[in-house]
Amino acid sequence: MPQKISPRKIKIDQQDIPFSEGQSIMEAAEQAGVYIPHLCHKAGYKAHGSCRLCTVKASGRWVSACTEPAEVGLQVENNSSELQSQRRAIVQLLFAEGNHHCPFCEKSGNCQLQAVAYSLDMHDAHFAHQFPHRTLDASHPEVLLDRDRCIQCELCVRASKEHDKKNVFALSGRGPHTQLIVNSESGKLKDSEIEKDDEAIKVCPTGALMNRSKPFSVPIGQRQFDNIPIDQQSTGKSGNNEAQP
Amino acid sequence: MDTNSDSNLLKALEAESWSLISDNALNRFQRSPHHALQMLIYLQAALGYIPPALQRQIARDLQLPITHIQGLVAFYFFLSAEKLGTYRIYISNNITDKMLDAATLTECLCQQLNVSLGCPREDEKVYIEQTSCIGLSDQGPSCLINGLSIPSLNEERIRQIVSLIESDTELSLWPKSLFETSDSIQRKGWLLDNTTSPGESLRQALKIGDEKSLALLEKSALRGRGGAGFPTAKKWRFCKGTPAEKHVVVCNADEGEPGTFKDRVLLRQHCDLILEGMTICARLIGAELGFIYLRAEYLNLLPDLEKTLQKWRDNNLLGQAILGNEGFNFDIEIHLGAGAYICGEESALIESLEGKRGIPRNRPPFPVSEGYLSYPTVVNNVETFAMAARIFGKEGDSFSQLGTEQSKGTKLLSISGDTPKPGIYEFPWGVTIQEIILASGAKNTYFVQVGGPAGELLDQSQFKRTLCYEDVATGGSFMIFNAERNPLEIILNFTQFFAHESCGFCTPCRVGTQLNHQLFEKISTQGAAPSDIEKLEELNLLMDRFSHCGLGKTASHIVKQGLAQFHKKLKPGDDNWSPDFDLDKSLSTARKLRIIDTGAN
Ligand SMILES: Cc1cc2nc3c(=O)[nH]c(=O)nc-3n(C[C@H](O)[C@H](O)[C@H](O)COP(=O)(O)O)c2cc1C
Ligand code: SF4
Ligand code: SF4
Repeated sequence: MPQKISPRKIKIDQQDIPFSEGQSIMEAAEQAGVYIPHLCHKAGYKAHGSCRLCTVKASGRWVSACTEPAEVGLQVENNSSELQSQRRAIVQLLFAEGNHHCPFCEKSGNCQLQAVAYSLDMHDAHFAHQFPHRTLDASHPEVLLDRDRCIQCELCVRASKEHDKKNVFALSGRGPHTQLIVNSESGKLKDSEIEKDDEAIKVCPTGALMNRSKPFSVPIGQRQFDNIPIDQQSTGKSGNNEAQP
Repeated sequence: MDTNSDSNLLKALEAESWSLISDNALNRFQRSPHHALQMLIYLQAALGYIPPALQRQIARDLQLPITHIQGLVAFYFFLSAEKLGTYRIYISNNITDKMLDAATLTECLCQQLNVSLGCPREDEKVYIEQTSCIGLSDQGPSCLINGLSIPSLNEERIRQIVSLIESDTELSLWPKSLFETSDSIQRKGWLLDNTTSPGESLRQALKIGDEKSLALLEKSALRGRGGAGFPTAKKWRFCKGTPAEKHVVVCNADEGEPGTFKDRVLLRQHCDLILEGMTICARLIGAELGFIYLRAEYLNLLPDLEKTLQKWRDNNLLGQAILGNEGFNFDIEIHLGAGAYICGEESALIESLEGKRGIPRNRPPFPVSEGYLSYPTVVNNVETFAMAARIFGKEGDSFSQLGTEQSKGTKLLSISGDTPKPGIYEFPWGVTIQEIILASGAKNTYFVQVGGPAGELLDQSQFKRTLCYEDVATGGSFMIFNAERNPLEIILNFTQFFAHESCGFCTPCRVGTQLNHQLFEKISTQGAAPSDIEKLEELNLLMDRFSHCGLGKTASHIVKQGLAQFHKKLKPGDDNWSPDFDLDKSLSTARKLRIIDTGAN
C-alpha cells in the first residue's frame, strides 16, 4: 500500500494507532494488526455497519468501528470484557435468528461466523431460537444459496455489484422478514448471471453462499480457522476465507 | 390506447398488458428511477396489488435490477405482490385504539364480512389487516380503506361499511361523512393563534435579507420539533455552508410516532405556514428543490395540499423568480410514504425519497452535507417549518419570551388515551406533566407515556417534571392512562410496534425487537422467570448501545422503564412465576421444522 506514515493517531486500548485522512477506526486498526471482531466488513468494500459486531466505545460514544472516521485524539475501547461479552450476545442473536447447524455444514472451519463465535467464547445461542422458514436455492449446479445460514451482511450484494459488476443479489423484505433475493426472472440462481468463481461467493462470511463444485476438498481439521483462531489471523486476510481447493 | 383512468388500468391488468401498465406509471412520474416507489404506490392504489410480472416489467423499463422493485414491494407494508382484495382495510392498532375496544370492533368486522385477519377473502373482495397507529388517536378506533382514513369506528359504522362493501359500492360513492375527521384543537397558543397572512413572513425575510434572517432565526433559538431538538438555524447554516450544485429542502410529514397527530392538524389548518417555512428555508440555503414526505396514512390530506401548492404557484410564492426576485426559484413536490415508521428517520426518509427501501444511512455524512441524491439537504419536521415561518410574522419575536432557558417557544402536543378531551394542545415548554393532565380534564391518571413508545413512561411520582429538552423532551405524543389500565398490555403493544417496524438492517434491532416482544408476550400471559428479566435487561443494553439508528436504540427503553416501574407485577413472585421453557411451544416449532423446499431444484 502506498502509505506515508502520518503523525495522526488514535488510541485503541492504550495503544497508539496511526491513521491517514479518511480512514475508519476499523481500517486504522487492521493496518496496525489490531483485531476488532467483525462480519459485514471486508477491506476493499464500502463500509456497511449492519452486523454491529465491531461496535467500540470511542471517546464515550458507542459506534461501529467500520463506519466511524478515525479522528485525532480519539480514545477507543475495543478489547474490554464488557464489549466482548456484548459482542458475544450479538453473535448469539445471529445464531438464534437463523438455522445454523455447524456439524453438518460444509463451511465449518472456514466460516467466519463460527470462528468469531469460538473466539468470543460462545457456547450456546442463549436466546430463543427463532427457527425461521427460509427457502434454499439449489437450482444452480455449481452455486448453493442456503438462506438458513444467511446473516444479511450484504457482502455478496456489494461484491456482486462493485467487483463482479453483475448485481446478482439484493436484500428484500423488512425486519425479521428481511431476506436475500436473486436477480433473475425466476428468482433462482440458475437463471442469474452468477458463476462459481464470482467474488460474491467468496466473500460470504458464512455457509450461505457456496461454490458446490469442490465439496470437502480441504478436510475438517485443516481449514482456515480450525487451528488458529480468527482473532490471531492477519486481520487484513480475515475476510478472505473461501474454501481452499 | 388511453390508460389514464383506473378502469382502463384494470382492463390492462385483466389482459396482463404489463408494458402498457408500466408505461402508464412511468409516464406519470417522469420515467425516473427515483420515482420508483411513487409509481408502485400509484399502481397499488389503482390495481390493488402489483403482480410479480408487472414488477419485472417496471424494473426492465426503469433499467433497474428486478430485485430493486421486489425489494420495495416487500419492504413497504402497504404494497403487495399478491392480490389482497378490492377493499383493503387496515385497522389502527395503537394502544389508544385498543383502549377504545378496537379488538371487538375488528372481530365484529371480520365476522360480518366473513374473513379472517390477514387472509384475503376467497372471492378476492375484502382483506382486513392491522397496522401501526394511523394518526387518529384523538378519534379512534380508526382504519384505512384503500388508503383513506375512517375515524371513530363503532358498531353502527362497521355495519355501514359492511353493507357498502357487500353491495359493491365504489369507494368514491361512499358517504363523505364516513371519512370526515375533525381537527380537535383544544388549546391554542403562539403558533395556532397565528394571524399572519400567507406570504407575509416570506416578504419579511426577503426584506431583511438572508444574513439578518438567519440571525433572526438564530436569536429565536428555535429547535427541531421532530424529537431530536437540533437548533434549526444551525442546521440551515450547515447546509448553506456546504458548496454544491443544488440544495434541497425536505419537510418530514411522516408523523409515525404512535399517538401523534399534530402534524396532521397543522397540514390541514396551517398548510400556508408550512409551505412558507420551507420557502424561507429554500431562500436562505439556496435550494430550488423541495419535498414534502407525506405518510401514506395521510392520503386524505393530499388533494387539499396539492390545491394549496397550486395556489402558492399562482401567487408567485413558489416557482420561478418568486415574488419578483430574479434567481429565487423553488418548488415543492409531494412524495408519499407506503407504510414504514422507519421512514420518519431522516436518512431513511431520504432513501425513500430516492425510491429505495427505507434503510437509515451511515453517518457521517449527515444530510446537511450529503442528503437527497448527495445534495446538501435540510430535513425538518412539519411543526418546525411552521414555527420558523411564524417567527418571521406578526410579533414573531414573542416566541423566545416563552418557554425555558434551553427550550424556547411552545410545543404542540397530541393528547389521547384516558381523557375526555383528546386533541391538540399548545403549551409553552416548561409546563409540568401535572398541568397538562389537568388541562386535558383527565381524572384518576395512573401514568402517561410521553414521546410515543420510544419516549418516557411517567408515573404519578413524576408528574411534577417539566416538558422541555432539558427534562422530558418529546416529539408531541402524550398518551394518558388511568388506574384501570394494565401496564403490561400497554408495554406489549409497544414491543409489538417495534417488532413490526424494525427495518431489519442491523442485528441488535432486527433480532432484539422480536425477542423483546416474545419475552414480553410470555411474561404478560404466564408471568416472569428470573432468566426472562435478565434477558430483557441484557437486550435493552445491547440494543441501546449497538443499534444502527434511533429506532433500535430506543426500542427497549419502554421495557426498561416498565421493569423499573412495575417490577411488582413483573418480578417473579410466589403466585407469579413460570419457567421460561414451554415444552409445548418448543415442540410446536419443532413440529413445523423446515422441510426442504421441493421447488428449489
Ligand atoms: C425511528 C425514527 C422515527 C422518526 N420519525 C420522525 C417523524 O415521523 N417525523 C419527524 O419529524 N421526525 C422523525 N424522526 C426524527 C428525524 O430523524 C429528524 O430528526 C427530524 O425530522 C428533524 O427535524 P427537526 O429538526 O425539525 O426536528 C424520527 C427519528 C427516528 C430515529
Ligand atoms: S449470503 Fe452470505 S454474504 Fe450474502 S448476505 Fe447472506 S451471509 Fe452475507
Ligand atoms: S436500529 Fe432497527 S430500524 Fe435502525 S437500522 Fe437497525 S434494524 Fe433498522
